[in-house]
Order: sequence, then C-alpha cells, then structure tokens
Amino acid sequence: MISSPTTATSVQTSLLSVRGLSVEFRTRTGIVQALENISFHINKGETLGIVGESGSGKSVLALAILGILDQAGYVTGGEILWSQDTATCDLLKLPEKRLRQLRGQELSMIFQNPRVALNSIRKVGKQLVDVLRCHSNLPRSRLKARALELLASVRIPDPQQRYDAYPYELSGGLCQRIMIALGLACSPQLLIADEPTTGLDVTTQATVMNLLKELATEQQMATVVITHDLALASEYCDRIIVMHAGHVVESAPTHLLFSQPRHPYTAKLIAATPEPHKGFEDLVPILGSLPDLRREDLPPCRFVGRCDRADETCQQEELVYRQVGGEHWVGCWYPLEE
Amino acid sequence: MLQVTGLTKHFPVASAGWFSRGRQSQALYAVDGLSLTIRPGESVGLVGESGCGKSTLIRLISRLLEPTDGSIVFNGADIGQISVGKFAHSAERARLQMVFQDPSDSLNPRFTAFDTITEPIRRLGTQQDRSRLRQRATELAQQVGLPPELLSRVPHQLSGGQKARVGIARAIALNPTLLILDEPTSALDVSVQAVILHLLADLREQLNMSYLFVSHDLNVVRLLCDRSLVMYLGKLVETGPVDDIFNRPQHPYTQALISAIPAFEANPHRIPLTGEPRSPINPSPHICRLYGRCPKGDEHCQQVAPTLQPVSDYHQVACHYPAPLS
Repeated sequence: MISSPTTATSVQTSLLSVRGLSVEFRTRTGIVQALENISFHINKGETLGIVGESGSGKSVLALAILGILDQAGYVTGGEILWSQDTATCDLLKLPEKRLRQLRGQELSMIFQNPRVALNSIRKVGKQLVDVLRCHSNLPRSRLKARALELLASVRIPDPQQRYDAYPYELSGGLCQRIMIALGLACSPQLLIADEPTTGLDVTTQATVMNLLKELATEQQMATVVITHDLALASEYCDRIIVMHAGHVVESAPTHLLFSQPRHPYTAKLIAATPEPHKGFEDLVPILGSLPDLRREDLPPCRFVGRCDRADETCQQEELVYRQVGGEHWVGCWYPLEE
Repeated sequence: MLQVTGLTKHFPVASAGWFSRGRQSQALYAVDGLSLTIRPGESVGLVGESGCGKSTLIRLISRLLEPTDGSIVFNGADIGQISVGKFAHSAERARLQMVFQDPSDSLNPRFTAFDTITEPIRRLGTQQDRSRLRQRATELAQQVGLPPELLSRVPHQLSGGQKARVGIARAIALNPTLLILDEPTSALDVSVQAVILHLLADLREQLNMSYLFVSHDLNVVRLLCDRSLVMYLGKLVETGPVDDIFNRPQHPYTQALISAIPAFEANPHRIPLTGEPRSPINPSPHICRLYGRCPKGDEHCQQVAPTLQPVSDYHQVACHYPAPLS
C-alpha cells in the first residue's frame, strides 16, 4: 500500500483532485487490483501527462474519473474532487444523471484510436450535432452552423464537404481531428486525451499535438495527456505523473522528471527510450514484467521484482509517498540521488 | 542479393463497368516505378508515412501480391515472374521470410507457439519427424530468448514481447537470407522494444541475414540499419547511409520527418508540413508528389517531377532544390 500524500495546499487552486483512488476488476479468475491509492491533482489550464507501460492503469484511471468503467470495474475507495468556481463536489458521489450532464460539457475525453471510437455508419457532422444537441442549449437551427465552426476550428480543410463524410472516408489525422472537435464541442474545463496520437505518423502527430496545445491555451482548458511515449509527454506537458502496475510512482514538473528522475522505474523508462543522440549500447531494456495484479500477496512496492535497489524493506514495509522537492513526489524507499 | 527494378503496383479503384463506359479507368498508384538493391548482410530501413506504399512494397517483394510491372531478382532468380501461389511452395520462399506487424494479430490464435514456429518447417523444410521438430523448435526458442516451456501455449497466454519472439522465431526457422520486418516493435512498450531491438541486432550477426526494416519510428531505423530509404506516395524521395539521412537530410520531406521526431529536448526548428498529401489516384507524372505541402515548391515542381539524383557517393535525392539544413 502507498500511503497517500497530503496535498492540502493544492486543493484550492486545483480543478480536479484525485485522492486515494482504488479500482478493482472482479473477474472470473480473481480480483485485479487495477489502481491502488492513486492521488494527484490538476490545475486550471495545466497540461498533465500520465505515462507508463501498457497495463499500468493509465486508461482505467481516465475511465474512473469520468465514471465510465465497465461492469466488472468497481471503485473501492477514494474521492475525485471536481472544483467549479466556488463549489466542490465528489464525482464518485454524484447521481448518474448529473454526471451525464458534466461529461461532454465540463469534462471530456478523446479516445484511443478514432476509427474505432467514431460511429462508422454515421456522418461525422451528424456525430458532432449529436453532442451539441445533448450538451449545449443552442437552438436546433444553429446546430449545424456550430458544428461547421468546430470543424473549422480544428483546421479541417473544407468543413462544408467534410461534414457529410463518413469516418472511413477520412485519413487517420482527420479522424483524430474530428475526435478533438467532438471533445471540445462544449468548451470543457478538462479534456482527457487517451493516447491521442498512437497510430499516427510523426508528422501528423506533431500537427495534432500542436493543435491540441493551441486550443487548450485558447480556451484555458486543462488537459490530461495519457501516453506511453515519454518523449511526446516531455514536449507537450507541464507536469508528468509516472504510473507502474496501478501505482503512481513519481510525479514532477516535466523538466525535473527528465533531468533528475528519482524513481528507478522512471530512470529505466528514460534509458529504454530511443533518442536521436543515443547509440545502441545506450538503449537499456527494462527486465522483468508487470506483476500479476490478481495476486493477493502483492508486495507493497509493485516494482520490487524489476528493481535492482530493492531489499527487505521494500518487500515488507508499507510504501510511503515522499516529497523530494517543490512539486516532486516519489514513491520509493531508496530514491535515486539528485 | 535483392535487386528490384521499376517495381509498380496499381490498384484499380473504379472498374470499367456499364455506367462508367467511356470514362478513363482509375488506379491507385501504390508503388510507382521503384528501384532498390539490398546487399548480403546489409540492413536497410524503409520509412515514410502511412499510406505511402511501404506495406504494398514489402508485400510485393515478399511475393504476397502480384506486381503490375517491374522485376524482382532475388539470389539470381527473377521471383517477380513466379505467381504468388507457386511462390508459396518454392525454395525461395524459405530464403525470404517476413516478421509481421502486431504479433497479436498476425499469430494464429489457435496455434500453440510450437505449431507457429514449426509451421514453415513442416511446409517447406525437410525435417518432418516429430521429435526432430521439437528439438529444432526448442533450439529456435532459445535463440530468440523464449523460455522453451512456453512452446505449448497459445497466443493469448503470452505477453506482447513473447508473441513478438514467436513471430521472429517462425521467420528464422528456415534460415532465411533476407528478413523483411514490418514494424516489428510498433505494438510494444519501450521496455520490451529495447529488448527486441537488441535481439534483432544479435540475430542478424549470428545468422548473417539481410534486413529490410519497415518502420515509422525513425529512431529505431537509425539504430538498426546501415542504409535508409525514404518513401513518399509510392516513390523514393531520398536514399543513403543512415548517418547522412539523419544528420544531413537534403529532401524537404525527410527534413520535416526528422524534425518531427519527439525528443526530450524539444526541437526548436521544427519544419511543419501543411495540408494533406496529394491523391495517389492517377497522379500526374509531371508534378512532384510533395508539391502543395513542400515549403520549397515552385512552378518548376509543377511541370517536371524530380527523379533520384546522386548528391554524394551513396546519397541520392529526388528534389529539384536539394539542400542541407542551415
């Protein structure tokens, strides 16, 4: 178990603050402890990156925040505080009806793989109108005009013509822009982008990410970027949290995380990422794999099996999440030296 | 060892039926008059954005598709002339193997790792004896770092990295001389990706194979390849040693591609490619394919399409205005 940090100071300014969130999936083969005691916050207008390997719980975290976990998923503890102007509410305690109003309007999400997420037998313009009809109070006659505006705002050439296109008629980059337009339709306060550029080419990736960043700045929107690409996160995020096997292992402002990683896992991830100046010898693989999260005797630190600094303490003592610098938190008994 | 000349593949997009009589038939030019060579033991990278014809090109070379035109000479035999169906049983098939994209999709879900790895041996090899197959499979598993006790598992019981290893073991089962790798690491996490890259580099040395390595991750190509080909809409736009391509790119497209690679230290001189690519359907032979997205495009580019021209000994560029970045 990781004991949760006290982030009392950040509560007033933060838009979303997750505290001690735990999620489990009850499956036929056992209970999967997908998230355990996750705490973090995101401020207004900030871009937060969530990085980690597949299976580390990044997407589950996003789904839990929006309250759209699938049937087997249960939130077993914690709170998700959503602050608006003066009022603060716990998203986990809101009735479904109210939550539905919030989703799409104030909280929004861009899903992985736009070709799967978009309705393939409905024109993209109509899909935009659907969102607007549900969540905005525009009159019917204005809906189409607004949808066209949105298409233009995500730099889609010739919106009038694209309005009547089906997703299969558009390239991957255009589909992703439609997803972004859908996500931004109601000018949300918080946008969660789950792997927004996986499957896109590097050139398209750069355009899509720049667009996202620009629109976020324009609308003063907070963005959570979920990705497994560290280099991408380092370019576009202000702050990054690193996840491993359902735990947050480190959280720091971007420049600190990359110049002085304190958790061994973060350091290993950075070493395993190919970079322009790196030779073959500098590419160090991370040995071992994520532990089986169905095990009941999971060690308190879930990285022990892959860590070369681990000892008895890591196996037995409850893990403490420590502050090692201004905004720099690390969940490790033996963090790397500065 | 492999010599491809003027390779072309057109896909018809609208057949000349009753209603389109009198209209010109339309074709998508996926690969358009492309030539390349791969020497023994060489590792060649092929990069380009999706839709540029990379996958079609390697499907043509590995003889899974019939080319419209051009020749493919492999180890002295013109394999372009052999039909796809016949090639599947020919001796050359054993020498030319592929590692496919995303091992979760490309492995038969009902085959155990043992079945998958020994499938090529059973079809094309000489060892048919069960106990010798088992021995060979164990040997291959050890070679790719797959614990032999996992051989009896089916794909859904294996992790992503293990599935990638099964795919590689299957491809090297018949000791090929040319291995075509189609994005072998794109479905993997960085932690596993690094292991697989090391494995591929070691195998190439041990088994003395040539690689044709397709990827859109340029950092990976730079690490694993000696030479690189850059492809854009069915044509090669730049070829050369990786060192030249990555440090002194001359084609505007290559420059944009390389500057777009995300890095821990953000690249301040990113070159944006604006607009959408030109249509690959019946492209005009006189317009440069990059025209419209290229920062250097002018009238000349609209009238004469550039061809590959050498800029130094091994470095070729297809651009009217090649220039290194200042």
